[in-house]
Amino acid sequence: MPRIFAYIVHKAGVLDDSAAELLAAAGRIDAAQSPTAVATGWGTELDAACEALRSSYAEIWKIAHEALAYPNAELVRKALLNVVPKGSILLVPHNHFGVDLSPGLSVNMNAAFVPDVLDIEGVTGTALKLVRQEFGGQVSAHVRCDISSGSVINIRPGAFKPVDSVQVAGQISEMPAGNLGGAKRRYLETVVAETGDVDITKHQILVSIGRGIQEKENVAIAQELADALGGAVSCSRPVVDAKWLEKSRQVGSSGQTVKPKVYLACGISGSFQHLAGIKGNPFIVAINKNPKAPIFRVADVGIVDDILEFMPEMTNRVKELQHA
Amino acid sequence: MEILVCAKRVPDTSENEIELNRAGNDIQRDDLVYSVNEPDNYAVEEALQIVDRAGGSVTVATVGGEDDEEILRREMAMGAKNAVLLSDEAFQGSDGRGTATVLKAFVQKRNFDLILTGVQADDGAAQVGGMLAAMLDYPFASLVTSIEVVEGRKLKVSREIEGGNKEINEIDLPCVLSIQTGINEPRYVGMRGIRQVASVPIPTLDAADLGVDAGHVGERAAKVKRVDYFAPPVGKGAEMLEGSREERIDQLIELVRAKGGLK
Amino acid sequence: MIADVIQSPAQATYWLIQGRVLFLVITLLGVVCFAYIVAKRMTPLMRGAPDFRFDRPLARLVKVLQFWLGQWRHPRYRTAGTIHLLIFAGFIILVIRAFSLLILAVSDHFVMPGGHLYDILKDYAATIVFFAVGIAAIRRLVFKPARYAKGNTADAIFLLALIGVLMAADSVFEASKAAAHAQTGQAVEFLATLSMPWVLKNALISASLPTLQHLNLGAFFTHEVTFFFLLCYRPFGIQFHVETSLFTIYFSKLDRETLKPVRWGVPDDQLDQVKSFGVKTFEDFTWKHMLDFYSCADCGRCSDQCPANAVGRPLSPRFLTTKARDYSFRHYPMLGRSNNGTALVGGIYSEDEIWSCTTCGACEAECPLLVEYIDKIVDLRRGMVDDGKVPQSLQKPLKSLESRGNPFGKMEKKRAEWAKANGFQQTCPVKILNGKESAETLYFVDSITSYDDRIQAIGRATAKILAQLGENFGILGAAEKDSGHEVRRFGEETLFMALRDHNTEAIRATGVRRIVTADPHAYNALKHDYRFVPEVEHISQTIARGVRAGRIQFNPVEYPDNVYAYHDPCYLGRHNQVYDDPREVLDAIPGLQRVEMQRSRDRSFCCGGGGLALFYEPKEEQRMGVRRVRMAAEAGANVMVTACPFCMVNVEDAIKVAGMEGKMTAIDLAELAGQQIAATPNRED
Repeated sequence: MPRIFAYIVHKAGVLDDSAAELLAAAGRIDAAQSPTAVATGWGTELDAACEALRSSYAEIWKIAHEALAYPNAELVRKALLNVVPKGSILLVPHNHFGVDLSPGLSVNMNAAFVPDVLDIEGVTGTALKLVRQEFGGQVSAHVRCDISSGSVINIRPGAFKPVDSVQVAGQISEMPAGNLGGAKRRYLETVVAETGDVDITKHQILVSIGRGIQEKENVAIAQELADALGGAVSCSRPVVDAKWLEKSRQVGSSGQTVKPKVYLACGISGSFQHLAGIKGNPFIVAINKNPKAPIFRVADVGIVDDILEFMPEMTNRVKELQHA
Repeated sequence: MEILVCAKRVPDTSENEIELNRAGNDIQRDDLVYSVNEPDNYAVEEALQIVDRAGGSVTVATVGGEDDEEILRREMAMGAKNAVLLSDEAFQGSDGRGTATVLKAFVQKRNFDLILTGVQADDGAAQVGGMLAAMLDYPFASLVTSIEVVEGRKLKVSREIEGGNKEINEIDLPCVLSIQTGINEPRYVGMRGIRQVASVPIPTLDAADLGVDAGHVGERAAKVKRVDYFAPPVGKGAEMLEGSREERIDQLIELVRAKGGLK
Repeated sequence: MIADVIQSPAQATYWLIQGRVLFLVITLLGVVCFAYIVAKRMTPLMRGAPDFRFDRPLARLVKVLQFWLGQWRHPRYRTAGTIHLLIFAGFIILVIRAFSLLILAVSDHFVMPGGHLYDILKDYAATIVFFAVGIAAIRRLVFKPARYAKGNTADAIFLLALIGVLMAADSVFEASKAAAHAQTGQAVEFLATLSMPWVLKNALISASLPTLQHLNLGAFFTHEVTFFFLLCYRPFGIQFHVETSLFTIYFSKLDRETLKPVRWGVPDDQLDQVKSFGVKTFEDFTWKHMLDFYSCADCGRCSDQCPANAVGRPLSPRFLTTKARDYSFRHYPMLGRSNNGTALVGGIYSEDEIWSCTTCGACEAECPLLVEYIDKIVDLRRGMVDDGKVPQSLQKPLKSLESRGNPFGKMEKKRAEWAKANGFQQTCPVKILNGKESAETLYFVDSITSYDDRIQAIGRATAKILAQLGENFGILGAAEKDSGHEVRRFGEETLFMALRDHNTEAIRATGVRRIVTADPHAYNALKHDYRFVPEVEHISQTIARGVRAGRIQFNPVEYPDNVYAYHDPCYLGRHNQVYDDPREVLDAIPGLQRVEMQRSRDRSFCCGGGGLALFYEPKEEQRMGVRRVRMAAEAGANVMVTACPFCMVNVEDAIKVAGMEGKMTAIDLAELAGQQIAATPNRED
């Protein structure tokens, strides 16, 4: 059984949720093994992150280098190649960084690569059995990966629930970064998205709309419901692509992460990129014309109906009850 | 600027109902309509816009068989000057690494300044671009939402990261980029355009032409294999509300109130 | 012969030149100038695309009589129409006068044939024209009707003033001569009582002879100079229509519902050889379309009726024409070289402007000069499609039409499922004409009725009515593809031809003798765009026939308090003149109260468009459907009856958006008729 490593994503000294998720995933590959966390970065932020890891990971490899202050996938790849032994299994979260890092890394490590894994069934000999999805989440697939020369596995964020960690006192080892000069890709800056007039991350109730809203004029229907409920309107990516709402209203892996108490998904099919933006386990209500929409798998409560008719009626009812 | 775009022919998710077949081990394939993978189409449009500004030409390549020629023709109708089909029985059943190996062999036979792929295809793997870059030892950037040609063989690219933010990078040519949808507004390709390229011969290169070792590609070499398709487990799923619309609205309002929403 | 008391202009001396010579020179100069100008104006027409307009001369002459001489369209706007009628009639009468004056300038002894009758006519004509232009000018300056906005008011007033001067000069010329004769006791030329010359004569009766002489010669000179100035000035603006209107109307389209082919003279199977489709540069327009640009009188009636314009979309048909005309003036100047070949879209036109049109035809129905718009829009769209400039919102449905034969991307094999839903199969089995079954009549369902959950009900209602009428009918089922009506009108000619050819083959294979449809867009396509298919009828016509023959009887309405307004769908009403059949059906339902909206029949207001128009996302201030629904409410109705599935979609949407739920509902004619049909006792099952 190869040694398992987990690449840790952190920001401003705070661990990303994936750190705990990768730990859980590692346990599904080999329950007997304690995976090693690998964190790259620089300065006090890296220090804080590694400290935070000590309560869950028994072993922590810390690669500190000024050039790694901002996680540049090209440089991180070089650094990892320097220290991760050949034939290892490396777990990485399947987010914008994992997509940047892992495919190339797997080639450099001459290891098999499996992206966007939802579930791990276990190892039989040199075959690791995994579950993925295809066609936008419409079907699942069993996948077999040959780990005889190691493997890089990208784990879907949120797919693995963190397990109650046995309290450990992790050991931090300082690892050399190696030669990181001559990078052919250089980080310049991050342009922060313009926050619109409404900050959806601060609302407790979100009326979220997807393609099912059909037209720009219908967004008003959602706004009225949000107003009646005392919440805000958010949306999924297609609504932003169609320019019916600004980017700041988008919930999802390439949009905002929200933690409301109540999330009404109206006319949203439920792609995982969208769901990835919903944290904190809110009460999710799904309203959709299509009873087979994937959103119904993750919602708490579901209603099969036409949102263009349901929402206005609900708004009226809410107002009625408020005046009563 | 000589640009290569690697494209894939996929079942169009919006025009097909993806269903499992009766045996439950694959999807129903009889009635599928195929088209070029959407992000790849955005990549071709981006490539065309770059050569419009900076000169050069666009080549589109795909790894597959005769059926896949239709997407090459479509991209030629869009404006790509050259199209190449990389086809050999030995390539069949390749995993992402195998596909990237074939593409790498092709790239090494030519001289490309820039290689573009779509960010991901129907299998959601998002891997071939990054693998190809590593095999060629070219720098790579994924989820690219804008490209600016800078003097001195460099590009300034913008990547889409969380929160709607954009990560700006400078990257040296030659490089590989994976393109995200929405980067531009692809031009329309009509039936007439496709008819006009219907009889243009498309060169096909096989393993021997490319100098690809059959042992590194195809099913035998694949380290990652899909075993079957199955319906995602429903799990607990949502509790579906029943009754008339009024009744369901009332139930819903109750639940929302209970969960802390609604003043 | 009346002895000359004062010198005639021909005899007189103007600044050392004898009048005869002077006017000869002026006439020659004027004519040569005019000929040069007209030749220059004709240059782009020589470079334009071909247009076959020389056939059926008799039918064309009838059009000239009706629309040019008869000014048929003008009274649709009463005030302006009346004024124009007067000016036009005056012009026709005075043309002869103008020529006689020209001759008079050179020869003394010319006597107008027609004698006194003509004199009376011409005097009144001049007077009426004079006052008419005065009223027209006041209207423009003081009342400023909205449809003239952003036109060239200064130019219009200038031209009106010049016409006034022309009339006045002629009158003064007549009056001064008559006054001189009257003074010297000679027999007076006959002047019509109370006409302008008559009034002026009486005013001048006591002026001195030298004064009268000067006035006479001066007025004549003014008249001649003004006449030739106007002649040469007219081709520089909207007044060119004075010359070109006759030709524009003669050459106007006879088969109004057909669309112009991609290129006249190139049959479908040779289209591959055409290098460029559609209109991209000015020279791609046909010569007739260029003539249209010259002939526009900038009256603004087209834009006034245009629904896209009314809701704030960037389209205004009038500006489409005047911008093209100004372009041609700029690029084909009087002096200097022409420069041609600049792109129109992205230049004088914006892409949105061209995509905003729903092809409702209101502009064409209104234009007094029969200017054609739809062909031009379609041609401009063909050009954009050829260049790949199609809005993203339209690319998806076009792609679905190509791969699945419907714009929704739904599967072909599900196209006939509407006939099975809700247990309909049991009450009314619908035959699928796939070789195993055959029928007399084909019910062509088309895409929206086949796939849209709400609109499928119209399909079922139609099938039920056909069954109740005892029709032996069937549908094509999965073999049916979209009729392609909007595909063609949105410029994708190649895809349209593929759909048309597929459907034509499928229809012919069934051997049906008639086609019925509830979709006016399919109706229009099958009637005018398709060639080798049996004749087609709209369901409203079928029902009306049944009513007239007594084969259908209706039960009284359940809620007699409802007030119904019928909305004329553009492609049933205006484009195909089916106005009465649907109304007959409604009026045959006992107890049904019906009102007419102010804008009805050929003045109906488009609901927003059908087919691909449903997918296009325009920049507009309001939805057309919302305006229409408000019009129905204004007419006092609370139920709108439509006879088109796209009207239904747009109207039901609009009711929601306008917040009029509960105050207005919509129902399709087939649905309503189906509801009300009394069980007919002796049907053949």
